[in-house]
Amino acid sequence: MAADLKFAKTHEWIRPEAGGLATVGISAYAVEALTDLVFMQLPQVGKHVKAGESIGEIESVKAVSDFYAPVSGEIVEVNTPLAGSLETLGKDPYGAGWIVRIRPDAPAEMAGLLDQAAYDALVKSQPH
Amino acid sequence: MVDFAGWSMPVQYASIIEEHVATRTAAGMFDVSHMGRLDVTGPASRDWLESLLTRRVADLDVGRCRYTLVTTDDAGVTILDDALVGRATDAADGTPRMTLVVNASNRDRVVAWLRSRLPAAGVVLVDRTTETAMIAVQGPAAMEIVCGLCPPGDAARIGGLGTYRNAAATVAGVPAAVSRTGYTGEDGVELVVPGAHAVAVWEAILAAGSPRGLRPCGLGARDTLRLEAGMPLYGHELTAAADPFALGLGLAITLQSPQGDVREFPGASGLRRMRDEPAGRVRVGLAGTSKRAAREGAAVLRPGDSAAVGVVTSGSFSPSLGHAVAMALVDREAATAGTPLEVAVREAREAVRVSSLPFYRRNDPRK
Repeated sequence: MAADLKFAKTHEWIRPEAGGLATVGISAYAVEALTDLVFMQLPQVGKHVKAGESIGEIESVKAVSDFYAPVSGEIVEVNTPLAGSLETLGKDPYGAGWIVRIRPDAPAEMAGLLDQAAYDALVKSQPH
Repeated sequence: MVDFAGWSMPVQYASIIEEHVATRTAAGMFDVSHMGRLDVTGPASRDWLESLLTRRVADLDVGRCRYTLVTTDDAGVTILDDALVGRATDAADGTPRMTLVVNASNRDRVVAWLRSRLPAAGVVLVDRTTETAMIAVQGPAAMEIVCGLCPPGDAARIGGLGTYRNAAATVAGVPAAVSRTGYTGEDGVELVVPGAHAVAVWEAILAAGSPRGLRPCGLGARDTLRLEAGMPLYGHELTAAADPFALGLGLAITLQSPQGDVREFPGASGLRRMRDEPAGRVRVGLAGTSKRAAREGAAVLRPGDSAAVGVVTSGSFSPSLGHAVAMALVDREAATAGTPLEVAVREAREAVRVSSLPFYRRNDPRK
């Protein structure tokens, strides 16, 4: 799949965009594993977050899960309509299902994340 | 798959919501083999259970079952479990054959407690849990599906069973103990079959039921269905030190015989005190407005107040209602239906209203 995507071990993806920004979402595997999504808490625009910090939560019928900033930076845009159409996460997790845009403090931080092949290997090793 | 009281069980086969909706609109099939199944036989079996359980057993006719608590007199009264006590067809020698279905998480201690109370003779207690399987088929199409797998005479008998009645039948060619019971708020049956035939029965029901909308259902849907139906779950609403009257479970306790005689069983005096001196928090439903559910342990508060007036015991998004629901133990002053309250969900507060239970009641053409 897309060579420009990087993944955190906690199942978020990040894609560099023009103008020094990056788009963040959660992986198709994570959406599939959560199933039955009912609620999403999105972060505020303007918030500065550190890599690994929770930037929101996603609730399924069975549990609540945090999702985390894959890199440090400022949240510059939030996909607000997503909270009202959670099915978009399952239909198009790497497109219309994006969650936030971040202005990374240090774009080089992305190099430390997993590439598609490494993430796929991680997913394969997860218990089912 | 998750570990549940030592049993490896699916939270869902596909989707909790789809499984839940299938059970409400067509049928759901649940592998509930983790539930403890005990046989109590022998000439003294019925009277022995009468002396131990919170419900009357001495007057339990063949083919009936009752919801009961299993209590000891530790600390006045300690609730070991809630259970279904049933009476199957008498043995060939005319002695009663009683059954108990207990929670998986409590099975070991209930069996140990019962064994400690066994008389020298007249009662045989056998734990059949691992040699049998239990399959629940629930929902408006459940009876049609199960009866369609029985010979005509058995189908008529099973189809004619009242709620909390049981009978033996051949289902998909396999001898089964069938009871018109369940944990979903829907009509349906629970089948106990020999373990060696469990997969064949499951597959036969799946094959016959799938065209009618039946879905296999996991623990997730089992929990959301029983929550909507207002049914308590041991370890959540019902606990060892709970006051069952405050939980609305007074019907599970019979403290005197129809003749007015005082019934004695372990914990009876403690239960009498609880009945006569109501105190402590009571079980209520909480209906939310959003989809964001309060989970077990969440504080229940009055709007604008930081002092907790209760605690959530079970909570989830309700697929039937489309919003969050919960069961909670709350102070009596805050327990009136319609009372506006809030639940703490992480750092936020969600508005809820006290609701009578159950949240969901099926449209029952038989009533």
